[in-house]
Amino acid sequence: MQRRIFLQSLLGLMITFPLQAFAKLIGMAWNKNAFVATKILDAIQRLNIINEVVSTDINLVAPDRAENGAIVQVEVTSHIANTEIITLLVEHNPTPLIAEFMFSNGALPFIVTRIKMAETSTVKVVVKANGRYFTTSKNVEVLSNGCG
Amino acid sequence: MAVVEQMNVVKTNAMKIRAKLVGDIAEIKLIIMHPMETGRKKDDAGELIPPHFIQLMTISLNDKTVIEAQWGTGIAKNPYFTCQVKAQLNDRVTLSWLDNLGETGSSDTLVIAS
Repeated sequence: MQRRIFLQSLLGLMITFPLQAFAKLIGMAWNKNAFVATKILDAIQRLNIINEVVSTDINLVAPDRAENGAIVQVEVTSHIANTEIITLLVEHNPTPLIAEFMFSNGALPFIVTRIKMAETSTVKVVVKANGRYFTTSKNVEVLSNGCG
Repeated sequence: MAVVEQMNVVKTNAMKIRAKLVGDIAEIKLIIMHPMETGRKKDDAGELIPPHFIQLMTISLNDKTVIEAQWGTGIAKNPYFTCQVKAQLNDRVTLSWLDNLGETGSSDTLVIAS
């Protein structure tokens, strides 16, 4: 019975959804432990980030002041060779880990995204390259709360 | 299997994706219409709105994964994202995402000249 339900679901999916893209998503696991952390140091530890070194080879573009914390545009470029992962954190958010981006097959270590900021805080970027960690950060003043 | 059973497929018009070639680099820009609810916001009746947010997002180029993203509730509503990938004209770019309720979406486009 369970098998029949499973096969029916699968058939429905094959009709409505490109199966290959779907299989890739299922293969990934969301890092719940790190995302639910309420302190930035806990999030960093749960991501297994250690000995991150401050680097000027990471370019973080974020506003000095954000009128609305609900939408703060952030741009990150890593000039560090073999950048594998860019991680974004906001120290004073209820859950500081915002996102992790993994690059492969010719993707440049560059992202633009829009984040929520609950209050004035440091935005921290961590880059993983060659198994080592590099970081930069910037303080963003938030004039109205973007979390809820 | 549990994930498969609870999956709802969202219409592809709930997102936009575009890829423009400059030199040998395609700039990919996308927006996904999604509430990105944190679970901490209250509605007009004072009831907490349950969390509803995208957790996984991938971009592929000709079926090879180029970006794999994990998102938390700190990504803004209607997520906007830009990235750059080495590409050629007419390469196929595919976006797919999965949220915490098992909803998923997918959309694709071809790399065009800028």
